[in-house]
Amino acid sequence: MSEGLATPATTPATKSSRRISARFTELSASGELGIVAYITAGDPSLEASEKIVLAAAEAGADVIELGVPFSDPVADGPVIQRASDRALRSGTTLAGVLELVTRLRRNTQVPLVLFSYFNPILQMGIEKFADAAKAGADGVLVTDLTPEEGAEYRVVLQSRGLDTIFLAAPTSTDARLAQISAVTTGFLYLVSRTGVTGTRDALPPELPALVRRTRKFTALPVAVGFGISLPTHVTVLGGIADAAVVGSALMAAVEKAASPEGAAMAVADLVRALKNAARAGVSRRSNEA
Amino acid sequence: MSATTRPSVTPDARGRYGPFGGRYVPETLVAPLEELETAYAAAQADPKFHAELNALLRDFAGRPTPLQFASRLSQQLGPRVYLKREDLLHTGAHKINNALGQGLLALRMGKKRVIAETGAGQHGVASATVAARLGLECTVYMGTEDMERQKLNVFRMRLLGAEVVGVDAGSKTLKDAINEAMRDWVTNVASSHYLLGSVLGAHPYPQMVRDFQKIIGEEARAQILEAEGRLPDLLIACVGGGSNAIGLFYDFIRDASVKMLGVEAGGRGKGLGEHAARLAAESGFGGARPGVLQGTYTYILQSLDGQVAATHSISAGLDYPGVGPEHAWLAQQGRAEYAAIGDDEAIAAAKTLARTEGIIPALESAHAGAELIRRAPQMKKDTLVILNVSGRGDKDMETLSRYV
Repeated sequence: MSEGLATPATTPATKSSRRISARFTELSASGELGIVAYITAGDPSLEASEKIVLAAAEAGADVIELGVPFSDPVADGPVIQRASDRALRSGTTLAGVLELVTRLRRNTQVPLVLFSYFNPILQMGIEKFADAAKAGADGVLVTDLTPEEGAEYRVVLQSRGLDTIFLAAPTSTDARLAQISAVTTGFLYLVSRTGVTGTRDALPPELPALVRRTRKFTALPVAVGFGISLPTHVTVLGGIADAAVVGSALMAAVEKAASPEGAAMAVADLVRALKNAARAGVSRRSNEA
Repeated sequence: MSATTRPSVTPDARGRYGPFGGRYVPETLVAPLEELETAYAAAQADPKFHAELNALLRDFAGRPTPLQFASRLSQQLGPRVYLKREDLLHTGAHKINNALGQGLLALRMGKKRVIAETGAGQHGVASATVAARLGLECTVYMGTEDMERQKLNVFRMRLLGAEVVGVDAGSKTLKDAINEAMRDWVTNVASSHYLLGSVLGAHPYPQMVRDFQKIIGEEARAQILEAEGRLPDLLIACVGGGSNAIGLFYDFIRDASVKMLGVEAGGRGKGLGEHAARLAAESGFGGARPGVLQGTYTYILQSLDGQVAATHSISAGLDYPGVGPEHAWLAQQGRAEYAAIGDDEAIAAAKTLARTEGIIPALESAHAGAELIRRAPQMKKDTLVILNVSGRGDKDMETLSRYV
């Protein structure tokens, strides 16, 4: 697999993390909620994922999270579990996802974040992973890695100019929020509720207070994920967060689609609707003001 | 009889056994794990907790369990073999030791509900039993393949009032049941305690489960000293996650003269997917390397690109791709040795135990018996062995009936 990795260790860091902060700076200037689109890489194939990601970016996604499939996705609900299964059955490996990232970077400037469980990265080797990732990715989020266990990982990734995005959760104490904020770069990913990924009808009522509490510990943009799927969620989040992460709703559309082209169109339609809601939120707020 | 006669020497403050262990979980679970760690430490320091636990272990579970001299087996094999009779406990296996400890802890923490995973069904039955005894709600996750091969235990759990949820993902066995139990826990952290059944998962689980199981070795030590006037030469126990083995081993770790042997499932072949031998790699079993699965860093059967592999064993309780991090550490230090026994040898050993000692062991425990039978010809007559009969074989009748 190693010969497939695109970038030798000597290539200088691309300063890719600038792409994420630049995008959030733009969003902040326009007062617009960002849309982070999560796509499981390799579902139904890496070629299809390439089309889907480009379509999502074209439709206005501000950041793409590319999910690395894992055999035991304990933080994910049924939709992303099934997407992971399909991706693994199509032969997707972390090395393959990294090649996809490199290919994508030739065709789009959208910020790309790799979203993985720790074991595939550990088996590849953190340094080798970071060297390959920096060819196209801007940041990395590891679902089952906390600041305590992630010290070496953080040093290696940040030395390659990759943002290290850590999760914050409703159960995180103030002390933990401070600790998480101290080691996170790019943006903070705030889990909206206790539970796994998946679409829900309503946002949790405690969410605004949770975002406010989180902001006391970080100046970074806050992206809210888990259970976000509808334009109405985006409208509500517009007054609260900096970005909304949408995953299961997109992967459910990929699951239903009859072809990669159909999947790309369906995902683009959803992203466009969410992005429109985000833009409408801006005009609504400016009208109110 | 006290549940804690010796201080813990491992793990360190971050739950590490040498390089193994730790806490690899989504952020949502960190605070609950810290809460559990604190509550567990408080319980350990509270004599009332120990008094309550010891009373339940004695009156409800049936401790102490006998250390039986296996006279006919010894005569047949050569060495002097003693059997630690965990199979005689209420619900039929050592799992009740840990379920009672964690059940009491759940009450102390004000939880109304426990979540459990189960492979062979023994931990699920123990959890359902303890939940009923303590007035807690109980949900048990079980792979659908395991539900099929352990129907009797599914019925027992339901009779005890537990909800049994079939898990149809992945290999439909223990690993997938743990994934689903973790998803339930991350969703219901405020109301529920995750009653993990083996020395697996994120810190403090491997330590806590070991501490609730180390009573096996503490009793065995006193019993063998009384019976033989000396320490044993060899301890043998099967290793799935490894809770009955660490329970037997722990009190002897400092005694260098006592050899410790863990027996994994050799399944039906040495290729990846055919077995569940994580530490017995020197005997040619493929695919185990250190990695992170379900909260802990340990030896895992996996593909080169880090996907967790399927496993096979005739015994559902050993059919798991990871192993407790403390076992990984004992193996790395050379303090304990690990071997693997195939499906057929386990069946044969179950038959031998049944016919020489009148004990039908669980198929898990039969793996340990088989390794003893394999090594006995190299042992001296005065070699003193303790074999942990971790559970009884009632649950395996359907499987056994196809072979015997």
